[in-house]
Amino acid sequence: MDFSFTSEQLALQKMVADFTKKEIAPIAQECDKSGEFPMEIYKKYAEMGLHCPLVPEEYDGAGLDMVSTVIVTEEISKGCAGFASAIAALELACSPVIAAGTPQQKEDYFAPLAAGGMASFCLTEPNAGSDAGSVQTRAVREGDEYIISGNKRFITNARFADRYTVIAKVNEEKGTRGLAAFIVEGDRPGITVGKAEDKLGIRCSDTSEISFDNVRIPVSNLLGAEGDGFKLAMGALDAGRVLCAAMSLGVAQCALDHAVEYSQQRVQFGKPICANQSMQFTLADMATEIEAARQLTYYSAYLMDQHAPNAVKVASMAKTFASDVAMKVTVDAVQVYGGCGYVRDYPMEKLMRDAKIMQIIEGTNQVQRIVIAKNLLAGV
Amino acid sequence: MKILVCTKLVPDTSESDVSIDKTGKDIATNGLKFDINEADNYAVEEAILTREAKEGEVDVLCMAPQSADVVIRMALAKGCERALRIEDPRVNVRNPLQAAKVLAAAAKDQAYDLIFTGCMSSDDKNMSVGAALAEELGMNHAAMVKHVEIGDGKVTVQRELEGGLLEVSEVALPAVLSVQTGINTPRYAPVRELRKAMKKELKVVNLDDIGVDENQVNEAGSKVELLKLYYPEVISNAEMIEGTPEEKAEQIAFKLVKGGLL
Repeated sequence: MDFSFTSEQLALQKMVADFTKKEIAPIAQECDKSGEFPMEIYKKYAEMGLHCPLVPEEYDGAGLDMVSTVIVTEEISKGCAGFASAIAALELACSPVIAAGTPQQKEDYFAPLAAGGMASFCLTEPNAGSDAGSVQTRAVREGDEYIISGNKRFITNARFADRYTVIAKVNEEKGTRGLAAFIVEGDRPGITVGKAEDKLGIRCSDTSEISFDNVRIPVSNLLGAEGDGFKLAMGALDAGRVLCAAMSLGVAQCALDHAVEYSQQRVQFGKPICANQSMQFTLADMATEIEAARQLTYYSAYLMDQHAPNAVKVASMAKTFASDVAMKVTVDAVQVYGGCGYVRDYPMEKLMRDAKIMQIIEGTNQVQRIVIAKNLLAGV
Repeated sequence: MKILVCTKLVPDTSESDVSIDKTGKDIATNGLKFDINEADNYAVEEAILTREAKEGEVDVLCMAPQSADVVIRMALAKGCERALRIEDPRVNVRNPLQAAKVLAAAAKDQAYDLIFTGCMSSDDKNMSVGAALAEELGMNHAAMVKHVEIGDGKVTVQRELEGGLLEVSEVALPAVLSVQTGINTPRYAPVRELRKAMKKELKVVNLDDIGVDENQVNEAGSKVELLKLYYPEVISNAEMIEGTPEEKAEQIAFKLVKGGLL
């Protein structure tokens, strides 16, 4: 067994850690307060070619494997999980195109992204969250076109996207097998971006409603075949779960680093609070849980790279475990900070708010447990 | 134009606190993170900018253990062509004259037109390696360089002086320039270049390979002996200023003016 990173991965980690420290972390608190996405920082990040980590190099993506993508995602999440979630959502949108796009579709989809544009994955609807099969958005074929109509909700990057990957129903009778995935260019008439959500955490990422009102696209924008939509969406979410685990790791590690530093500086009763054994135990537990989550997350990424049969199950495990760890660790870290952990002048309460979404996005942790149990109890 | 940039690996004190080891003469490296010396990061950028303005190539030189390979690869990803790392535990790296002697031995046969160094390393703060390297190689030297303009057989530099003054000097090539932080904006390497950098030459040598007599550069051969490191006693001279915010501001301003700080 080899747990070590390659020298290229180490250099990549250092490069992103530098960027995070100098560019993302300094603006994280302000962006959290304003709720505005730091587009200038994103453009700089895009110049490094890391905004589309899994997109192949031939389409000007970074061409990274999943392990390297997790390394990058963990690092930027230490700076701001909101920023990282915008990148993860972009990757989610790219995933069905990578999996099923024709060379021409890939060219058309990835070209604006290579220039620093954004993409958005449009699956969730008011009545189709965890139950992705209940999508109501419809795509009706008319000659050489599809006409898409419907409302999507909680769509990350909706406001900024140059390309949308839209999951819509093409056949009412077939349930999840009646779904299809489409490429929708951002400038098509009939697209309206609605209300931006005022969120608890990851506040700088854009999460908005978006409606498609008789949006006409050529049939050549269909990804794969009619009926492939559910499979492509689930494939995207499988990878998304690993990235969610990586974001959870970044948030948790950042909380631990701050907590360790603060516990050494904060003096009460004449000694640093870290001199108390109860504090040491808290920090030790936090570190242990994070390390366990890290091993599971990286193992999950490794399995994805190997296309291993148990990759989906372990991705669900990693997402569930790492996000639960992030939630617990950030709550503990607020406690380490005491009153200072509860105010916005300090970084801790943001981390706690950011951690919460990790238990919800890319399928709630309850849905993940269903996925895991289904793997354990085949046939039940 | 043949350019060399020298870099050093230093403890990243923004990530962790420094403590003294059991010998009392060195810092404890356990748990410390290391990074490229900040001023050297600007030197790397200036070397690449110079190469981009004038054709040529940039080599990067670093005397450090293998852990420095990450920052060396990053310099290669930013645009340096080749790298040489000197790794030899016999070198007394704390002595800047001895360190410069080793760096000079590695550089002497390459006929560099221009060598960039940072103006100071953030750990030892001797500000001497650049000047000593120039002396060893018989090259000219300029310190605290804030601007570089390459001419024909010479370089015009702006140097930062005390009190906000800038000095403009012409320095005949070949020369060593020790650059000040802020001279440029160091770039981030694109991931594509990082991948290419992994395939660029990174040669590792020791004292024997570059023909340096260890007795000249080891601790026994040093004319400066480090006696001890210690933390000065912390004395609290804090004065609490009371009053409304306006009153506090007025008192602080008064004290700053009185102390000659404003």
